[in-house]
Order: sequence, then structure tokens, then C-alpha cells
Amino acid sequence: MRIDCKHVWEHISAYIDGEVDAELRSEIDRHLETCEICSAVLDSTRNVVVLMADSRVFEVPAGFSARLHERLDEELARSG
Amino acid sequence: MNASNPEFESECIRRILAGEKQIFHDLIRPCERSIYFLLFTLLRNEAEAEDAAQETVIKVYRNLHLFRGDSQFRTWVLSIARNEGLGRIRKAESRREDSLDALTDGQTGDFTPAILTGWREVPAKALEQKELGEILRKAVEGLPEIYRNVVVLRDIEEMDVRETALALGITEGAVKVRLHRARALLQRDLAPRLKGFAPKRGRIFGWGA
Repeated sequence: MRIDCKHVWEHISAYIDGEVDAELRSEIDRHLETCEICSAVLDSTRNVVVLMADSRVFEVPAGFSARLHERLDEELARSG
Repeated sequence: MNASNPEFESECIRRILAGEKQIFHDLIRPCERSIYFLLFTLLRNEAEAEDAAQETVIKVYRNLHLFRGDSQFRTWVLSIARNEGLGRIRKAESRREDSLDALTDGQTGDFTPAILTGWREVPAKALEQKELGEILRKAVEGLPEIYRNVVVLRDIEEMDVRETALALGITEGAVKVRLHRARALLQRDLAPRLKGFAPKRGRIFGWGA
């Protein structure tokens, strides 16, 4: 069975997470070998996933942890 | 960074409940980031997310004796954070027009990817530029809530499907569907804009947007 681009897009997230079964994976791989569009979609989606996980993108506010533990100390002192 | 250690956690909990209260600082520290980002994604406001994170941690401490160990500690903590966040939203809801369940999984939408070739490399180096981080944060903030929550826990906090499902109170299937849609929306939003951050390469394809 030959799968089309739309079919590949539907599974792209599961493909990136390694959650497609072996048969579908090899069909997608075969499609990607010849389809410039889908391999670009895959690359850019994967790039987005990698960038999102970079700790420099999403940071807690400066001083967050210090303020949290200070508040916690008050609670611990109160809780006798 | 996100890996939990059940033995460390249960030892800490045992000692805290036996009176060594200060150990709670060490127990909660690995969960702080996830608590904050889950709340930030719900509340969309830094100061309120921080305040809710503090409330969550206090509630975790006060209810520590109720933790049964049948889920991961962090999952339990995040479900408390989620309840804290949802409680605050409900309180504010009378003043707001958008409903919590405005969007459902059954809803159809356009999740067609941006068809762009040429942005092939991860411009991780480009993250040193503040602008790129800002683009990524704005893109996530712009997602509908049900997708935003999932992408924050799965792709930013790198939690697994099961843990994400438990923390958000949804099925694992819903996590997968929402994550797929979130990534598709992010790809479509970001691919054209991030292309400019990609390192220059010799390969140029004959495709536009």
C-alpha cells in the first residue's frame, strides 16, 4: 500500500515519538525517501519539538525558587 | 532533570511525616519547574502562576500524609497544581467570556502543516538570541488551552504520555491527539518564521511557502 502525504502528516507526531508500529514506520520511511515536502514537514516539526525542550526557551521567573522556599519556610515554622 | 526517584521520594516522605520537616524542601525541588509551567499554561500570567505555585506547594505539604504512592509523586503534585489552577480560573470565569471547555477533542480544525523546505537544521545556537525564545513562547501562549497544556507537559517538561494524562485528568489517547495537533499548529506557525534562524546551507530547494 502506498500512503499519501496527508496520511504521513496524520502520523508525524507519533512517528517522532517512536509510537508508530514497524509496518507503518517503514511505509512512512519509504514515502519520505521520495517526498521532499513530507521530509521537510517532518524536519521542521522535529525542530519545533527540539527547540521547545530547550531550557533556555521556557524559564521560571528570576527568584521564583528562592521566594517559593521562603514561603515554605514560613509554613514549616507555623506547622509546629 | 525530570526523572523521578520513587525511593528517594518515599524515604523523604517517611522522614518528613516523622518530623524532619525541612526535608520537604528537597522533596519538592525537582517538581518546582513543572508546577510553575503547568500553572502558567493554565493562568497565562507569571505573577498569578507563581502565587498559585506557592499555594500548591503548601497544599502538597499539608496533604503529604494522603499521598499513597500509587502514582508518581510528581504526578500527584501536578494534579494538585492543576486543581489549584482550575479553581482560580473558575473563580475568574464569571468575569470572562471564554469557557473552560470551549474546545473539545471532537472539534475539527485545520491541522495542515506549513509546507516549507529548506529549514532543516535545529538552530539551537540561535536560542542565544532573545528574539527566538520570544517567538517560541508567544507561539505556545497562542495555542488553544487544551493543546497548550499538553505541549507544555509533553514537549517542554518532557513528561511521558501516562504522566501527562494523569496530571491533566484526560485519557492517554487524548494526550496523543492533542499533542499531534499542538505540534501541527506550532509547526505551521513557526516554520515560516524560524526559517530565518536556520544556518545558511548550500542546498536550496525550489519551494516557497
